[in-house]
Amino acid sequence: MTLESLGLASGVGLEELFLAAATAFVVLAIAMFYRAVAGPTTQDRLLAVNVLGTNTVVILALLAAALDQAWFLDVALIYALLNFLMSIAISKFTVERGGVL
Amino acid sequence: MIETLRFWAIVVLLGLGVFFTLVSTIGVLRLPDIYSRAHTASQTDTLGAGFALAAVALAFGWQHAAVYTVLLLFFIFITNPTAAHAIARSAAESGVEPLLAEEGDADGSDTEPTAATDGGDADGGETR
Repeated sequence: MTLESLGLASGVGLEELFLAAATAFVVLAIAMFYRAVAGPTTQDRLLAVNVLGTNTVVILALLAAALDQAWFLDVALIYALLNFLMSIAISKFTVERGGVL
Repeated sequence: MIETLRFWAIVVLLGLGVFFTLVSTIGVLRLPDIYSRAHTASQTDTLGAGFALAAVALAFGWQHAAVYTVLLLFFIFITNPTAAHAIARSAAESGVEPLLAEEGDADGSDTEPTAATDGGDADGGETR
């Protein structure tokens, strides 16, 4: 892992860039919560939660690169699988049974 | 030299990822309809996540973690439009009308084909 050898001469390394990008993704995910709360239909909320899950996967991958913890990618992979399964299952159950519960 | 090139490639990929995710967030928050929101969430958010994960894979270099990241990129690239399509289809089957459905079906479909057939092939091809 040669992250320390990369970087600008002004001291801005690659870790700070990945942490800044992860912060931007966190801010955008928090902004997405508005649609998850105030969406008119169930599908609006489901779409917002799906985009939130994708943002979470990207944040986990960025933190894996920034903190040099490669096992975060396993968590991100399983989170992406569960996110896709959640979207498919809820969008199927809202049609066939009128809701999840 | 090659390390400097790799650094700037990572910077550009991260900037593109943050930009496209910003576009996706603005689209989901501001567009008026579930179908248009599904449209912008499927393609723009997939592109933003793809650029950010490509930056992570480029930062890891040649090791096992890069293989995991490319696998994650491929998986998100496949499943995210599929999930958006399933959500839009569930909205269509549970009776959510598109925002411009009444105008397009009642009046617009009557006026537009006559205008198209009047304006026709000869005029439309030559005068414009």
